[in-house]
Amino acid sequence: MSNPLRPPRGPHGAPAPDSRDHTGTPHGAPPPPRPDSATPVEPSGARRPTPAARLLESRHIGWAALTAALALPLVIATPYALNVMTGAALFVMLAVGLNIVVGYCGLLDLGYAAFFAVGAYTSGILAIELDIPLLATVPAVLVVTVVAGLVIGAPTLRLRSDYLAIVTLGFGEIIRITATNLEITGGPSGIYGIPGLWGDGPTDPALFYYITVGVVALAVLFAARLGRSRLGRAWRFVREDEDAAAAMGIRPHRVKLAAYVAGAVWGGLAGVLFGAQLSAVSPASFTFLWSALVLMAVVLGGMGSTPGVVAGAIAISLAPELLRQVQDYRFFVFGVLLIVVMVLRPQGLWPQRTRESARTAARSSARPTGTPASVAREESA
Amino acid sequence: MSLLEVEDLRLTFGGVRALDGLSFTVGHGEIVSLIGPNGAGKTSAFNCVTGFYRPDSGTVRFDAVDVTGRSPAAIAQLGVSRTFQNPRLFGELSVLDNVRAGTHLWLRQRMVDVLLHTPRYHRTEQRVTDEAHMWLDFVGLRGDRAGLVRHLPYGEQRRVEIARALARRPRLLFLDEPAAGLNHGERTELVDLIRRISAQGTALALIEHDMGLVMEISQRVVVLDFGRRIADGPPAQVRSTPRVIEAYLGRDTDDSELAAARGVIRGD
Ligand SMILES: Nc1ncnc2c1ncn2[C@@H]1O[C@H](COP(=O)(O)OP(=O)(O)OP(=O)(O)O)[C@@H](O)[C@H]1O
Ligand SMILES: [Mg+2]
Repeated sequence: MSNPLRPPRGPHGAPAPDSRDHTGTPHGAPPPPRPDSATPVEPSGARRPTPAARLLESRHIGWAALTAALALPLVIATPYALNVMTGAALFVMLAVGLNIVVGYCGLLDLGYAAFFAVGAYTSGILAIELDIPLLATVPAVLVVTVVAGLVIGAPTLRLRSDYLAIVTLGFGEIIRITATNLEITGGPSGIYGIPGLWGDGPTDPALFYYITVGVVALAVLFAARLGRSRLGRAWRFVREDEDAAAAMGIRPHRVKLAAYVAGAVWGGLAGVLFGAQLSAVSPASFTFLWSALVLMAVVLGGMGSTPGVVAGAIAISLAPELLRQVQDYRFFVFGVLLIVVMVLRPQGLWPQRTRESARTAARSSARPTGTPASVAREESA
Repeated sequence: MSLLEVEDLRLTFGGVRALDGLSFTVGHGEIVSLIGPNGAGKTSAFNCVTGFYRPDSGTVRFDAVDVTGRSPAAIAQLGVSRTFQNPRLFGELSVLDNVRAGTHLWLRQRMVDVLLHTPRYHRTEQRVTDEAHMWLDFVGLRGDRAGLVRHLPYGEQRRVEIARALARRPRLLFLDEPAAGLNHGERTELVDLIRRISAQGTALALIEHDMGLVMEISQRVVVLDFGRRIADGPPAQVRSTPRVIEAYLGRDTDDSELAAARGVIRGD
């Protein structure tokens, strides 16, 4: 996929502005315990990021996107528009959840809608049967999606990635067909009359939109933060080279399972909101097309890139609306557009940054006290 | 008792006997080299010991614990680290991230801290980054640490791989042909690096075809041929063993070739 002969690329495909230095901090740190005769020369004072680059820092974009999402109902607040916008927000949550599995961990999951369905059905059925508010079903949904993730993931994640794709595709269909045939899930017509989040009738669309945006914003933030943790790094190590990761003491199967379960939880919680929005769920909502569309959002936006995946999800969920002019051909036009984009930009529209930011790459000015071994002891204490 | 004890390992691939009753040991803090002709089974031996291959029979004991057949991750957890004959780095990740992989086993991070970005989260991340820089300094990496590792020249990539293995703080480090593809200057630095690793108290087992380097730094040399140990001892002793010279040239050699082979094995 990646061509080693190409120069490093910046976030927008332009050659990276600067590939000289790694920190931008002055070289003030004392040498390591046994200094190398050839201590590296660190060019100090990396070029400061351009204003454009600083605007594109994910933190700022995040705030800008959230502000836009919150301000949108002030511009357009028809029930239809609110419905579409709520749908787009839910789609963002799905894409971010699938991005943990596909983007971070490199597991091709073609049946992601299964977890969306598990969440929607679990909360809907519990709320109706026990006559409790939808919100009260969330703990149960968490438990059920985690269990579903473990049960489906534990055997399948041992497979090579191409088999994994087929098996997850199968599981997606099995869940949908099961829902079609069980009595408790209401068969082909599904379940309806799902109570609102607080139990009484459907929540006001504008309020529901704001709640959704709030939940989705947290989901995006948490997924991104997971990606920048010890676990998130382990996901990427396993994606890049399972054997090399194992040589560092990382258990690939466990790490993959963690990604799969995290994806399941994100999908399941999105399912709860989905049920609340429509107050009905049926098997028709969880077809393979859904799984494919979410995957498309991830790939189109840029696997592993939070802003890319969010943008991809918004684009994919709004495309049918924008392509309404061409009604019958819209999936065709959509497909062609997608192919064009993937040919021109295989790494996605907004790919993951390839250079680490100066902030995360900087060493602390004060060196950690003690020898490496004493630091290790302190850590594991 | 030795840190690593390998006993009577057997491993076959189809009809090929990669290992045929191989035994050897690595003592605490020792530098042991595995040498032998191409296909002698050196890498296979490493792979069996580090859990990447499961031997057909035989035992591997690390620090008196039988680890035969355990997974690579389980063996790494006991304090073993390695590099690969062809460097296997995480190509699409930054140099720093590659080395951070080595900290996985000792870093503790709680989920709450990660999600809420508490000061404790920032402290642990800073510690990991400092640690990665420290090992990159230790191996003498020149070049961009925040950029992708695959953009580094080959020799630098080999350094990153060693830094990653060191960040795990192993008690025993396996290096598979660390000098392969290095230029003269890099080779000299490698000798120095191996000495500094050893000075930390880390035991080293290395596979190497560069006889000069082997004779220079090894405390003991184990010679393999056809999956068996044919010699084992201090460098000076091993290089005068007739079987070793035979193994490197084949049996029917005339005197001038033999003399040349002696030269190769001595590293002159
Ligand atoms: N995964 C494998 N599948 C099949 N055969 C293998 C495999 N690994 C090693 N072998 C065979 O086992 C024998 C020993 O190979 P090994 O790689 O251990 O040799 P080596 O001593 O490391 O050689 P070199 O110096 O060339 O690296 C060779 O005949 C090789 O072809
Ligand atoms: Mg080899």
